[in-house]
Amino acid sequence: MDDLLADFLTETNEALQGLDAVLLRLEREPGNGALLSEAFRAVHTIKGTCGFLGLSRLERVAHASENVLGLWRDGALPVTPAGVSLILSALDRIKEIVAGLETAGQEPAGEDGALLAALDAAAAGGDAPAPSPAPAPQAEHAPPPEAPRAEAAPAPRTAPPAAAPAAAPAETAPEGGGVAAQTIRVAVDVLEDLMVLVSELVLTRNQLLQLARSEENSAFAVPLQRLSQITSDLQDGVMKTRMQPIGNAWSKLPRLVRDLSNELGKKIELVMQGAETELDRQVLELIRDPLTHMVRNSADHGLESPEGRRAAGKSETGRIILNAFHEGGHIVLEVGDDGRGLNTERIRQKVLSQGLATEAELAGMSEREIHRFIFRAGFSTAAAVTSVSGRGVGMDVVKTNIERIGGLVDLRSREGQGTTFIIKIPLTLAIAAALIVEVGGQRFAIPQAGVIELVRLGEGVKAERIKDAMILRLRDRLLPLVPLRDTLRLDGAGEARVDQGFVVVTQVGAQMFGIVVDRVFDTEEIVVKPVAPILRHITMFSGNTILGDGSVIMILDPNGIARATGLAVEGSGEAAGRTIAASTAQRAGQRVALLLLRAGEGAPKAVPLELVSRLEQLPASRIERAGETQVVQYRGHLMPLVPLHHGFGAEERESQAVLVFGDGNRAIGLMVDEILDVVEAVLEIDPAGARPGFLGSCVVEGKVTEILDTVFWLQQGQPDWFAPKTAARPRVLVVEDSAFFRNLVVPAITAAGYDVVTVPNGREALALREAGERFDAIVSDIEMPELDGIGLARAVREGGEWAELPMIALSSRSEPRDVARGREAGFSDYIGKFDREALLASLQQCLEPIAAN
Amino acid sequence: MQQMEIQRGMARPGVGPAGDAAQMVLTLTVAGQLCGVPVLAVRDVLGVQSITPIPLAPREVAGSLNLRGRIVTAVDLRVRLGLAPAGEAKGAMSVVVEIGGELYSLLADAVGEVLSLDPAERAANPPTLDPAWREVSLGVHRLGEQLLVLLDVERLLVLSS
Repeated sequence: MDDLLADFLTETNEALQGLDAVLLRLEREPGNGALLSEAFRAVHTIKGTCGFLGLSRLERVAHASENVLGLWRDGALPVTPAGVSLILSALDRIKEIVAGLETAGQEPAGEDGALLAALDAAAAGGDAPAPSPAPAPQAEHAPPPEAPRAEAAPAPRTAPPAAAPAAAPAETAPEGGGVAAQTIRVAVDVLEDLMVLVSELVLTRNQLLQLARSEENSAFAVPLQRLSQITSDLQDGVMKTRMQPIGNAWSKLPRLVRDLSNELGKKIELVMQGAETELDRQVLELIRDPLTHMVRNSADHGLESPEGRRAAGKSETGRIILNAFHEGGHIVLEVGDDGRGLNTERIRQKVLSQGLATEAELAGMSEREIHRFIFRAGFSTAAAVTSVSGRGVGMDVVKTNIERIGGLVDLRSREGQGTTFIIKIPLTLAIAAALIVEVGGQRFAIPQAGVIELVRLGEGVKAERIKDAMILRLRDRLLPLVPLRDTLRLDGAGEARVDQGFVVVTQVGAQMFGIVVDRVFDTEEIVVKPVAPILRHITMFSGNTILGDGSVIMILDPNGIARATGLAVEGSGEAAGRTIAASTAQRAGQRVALLLLRAGEGAPKAVPLELVSRLEQLPASRIERAGETQVVQYRGHLMPLVPLHHGFGAEERESQAVLVFGDGNRAIGLMVDEILDVVEAVLEIDPAGARPGFLGSCVVEGKVTEILDTVFWLQQGQPDWFAPKTAARPRVLVVEDSAFFRNLVVPAITAAGYDVVTVPNGREALALREAGERFDAIVSDIEMPELDGIGLARAVREGGEWAELPMIALSSRSEPRDVARGREAGFSDYIGKFDREALLASLQQCLEPIAAN
Repeated sequence: MQQMEIQRGMARPGVGPAGDAAQMVLTLTVAGQLCGVPVLAVRDVLGVQSITPIPLAPREVAGSLNLRGRIVTAVDLRVRLGLAPAGEAKGAMSVVVEIGGELYSLLADAVGEVLSLDPAERAANPPTLDPAWREVSLGVHRLGEQLLVLLDVERLLVLSS
């Protein structure tokens, strides 16, 4: 039955019960104004609500009664016993109709003409008693014909679900008071308290069972079994009181879809199935927003325009289908559309251009796996930002929110046939299944929702170590491992062993990782309790609980563990479980050639090869001293030499390895002990080890390696290296979101004699334009968040101070197609990201007129 | 689970006028020092409990324990007050207090009796008192040969780390 109608029935029945008593008292005290007002108000409320619900028969009777009561209240008409009888008979009629409503979900058919006439006559001051007996017998006759007629009667405006079961309940109607009498309102607090008590009862029961287990043939065994059963039933019962139909979360969607349909100029039909499926109210609240977002998405991205649909041979009206059903301890929610479906090719392109995966990786993926990229942060394939969606907050937020409550999101999509998102969430958050594990002698619970599988480490399956990092080769994946013992700083026998214990394979967002524990016990239903406020800052735990044996244990939060160990840099797009094959063919965007070298004690050093102009092995005899600095005659100029660490003199060696930076008359040599190798590596600088002269450290070839801060060393050799040589040093704006490439490009351009300002994206670049900053050239990346290079070029060319500036696109993608697209947007030149020479040449060319001035 | 209900109002005659519960103090000993906490803050006194340590928790937090299905966070008063930790073998008594709807257990070496102390006889904290103590002390009472430090339960649970 419709919620509104059910509420109305509850209220009306309450009001009617009171009204009888009021009217009877009124008969005895006709002058009691308070009673009159009360009666009038009650009938007035009934009338108002039925008008709203479209219950016309009820409304007419209530309205006529209200008239009479109004006149009584105002003193315009005296209260007479006959009048009271008339009103009472009207109330009886109202009760009849309400009873019909309860059983059939719609107003029973019936003739109220005589009653209405009598009421109107009474209101007009006519003689009431005469007509009053007339409706009375009719009222008694009324019920028998009503029930059978209920089926045939047209359903004016009641809810569709109510119409179907209309006939069946009609038979049972006479027995009870109907729906209204079977519902009572209970404060949420009371239910919450009950839930807490039941949780404690469950724990106590578990404790008892644990004790009983150790004693065989105990006399308690049988009653305990019974207690256990009752407790489970009670738990289910109390859980049920917290359940609400999912339809409550859907109530606002029809309106939303109607508005969207107007705004987008699309015809949309919203189909809701399984609205009565129930889930915990807490969960219901948490999925309301993600659900709204997904419906918006379907309307905006999923469905085509009416023309598009016609062209595709579909009906003009698109459908958004919401479906809910139970499956195990979960509720499954589907949000689908019959629109265009996901464009696999476009997602593939976007994945490539954002560097989320390589061609090789993509080639090995199924269509569905590729589709799942839309759950990555910042991933939106909508070509245009509309007011509806596509504001950069996308499916990744939906996914995160759903995973936060232990749910899963997936999708299936067929091009041209539509997309369906499938959400699977636990029915309740209060009680969860958890895996009990032990590490360092302590037990912990891991919510089972996030656990994918368990792997036992042994001779066959060994974890491997790369420096400090533990890794497990699991089928075709390299699974990063988190040794819980270290993460939680538990005392115990040193570091985790690679051939002992268990790996709990867990997934957080796109990241899969393994939690290494010593032992795995059982799974247990646990009652999740929040941790004390003084411990809330420990993000590794999502709560605590009491086990069957009465001990308190902490519940691990895989999200928190992933974050604390740096595995889940949310939105980093770090590929989940990259295949081993693919890991050797890394993303082109981040793999760079590094020059490994040794200088002084400690970790090896490295510098991106790109920055180094030349490597020289200079005979020691050629190195001269000029005051404090060492210099060498190099290509007709004096080149200052900077030692990479203090305390070595070139005199002691026959020759000196030197890294030459810069060109022509502006060169500097960096003296090192030995040039070791050139290796390809993914440069992910950990700023933790940063110190003057070093940007931080990075693991290269399994070794922690310090990355040179080139800018620092160039300044060592020539303090004015970055100072303007002349007043007219050209200013270059570098727009680049990757800190790494900024580090690569900036020293190169600076060394070539330009003043460089950097911003991370197009939007900030334009902010500089608004601020009145002037530049001589812009070097911009193409793929960037907020506003990409293409967008920036268009905006710059549109007008304003910068409209004529030379713009050089810097991109890792330099297919002819991309170049054409760049030029079209307004770039003067298009250069590959690693081509330093070309960049400098292009800059020089662009700025020649300035230099000439 | 061993449990001792406190016998409220078991004031020692001669120490102060019995009666007003607001003035009643439960005495406890931490590393030999006599301390007191207002009786009204105390929910339970428990004997030695099995306490689950909590990794990564502040030093003062000894762990958590189960009090009839409720989880209680135990704060080691020795650590909280900057004293040497007790030996491994020695168990500690739990004085369970409720703050903001949460239960905390203050671990003390021993729990004494309930006294009624006259606030008028309370002396301010001596200026020489260790800062860790001054921060949580409401004042000092003289009890015959001994001094009793009256502890502020709420401030005890504000942990530095």
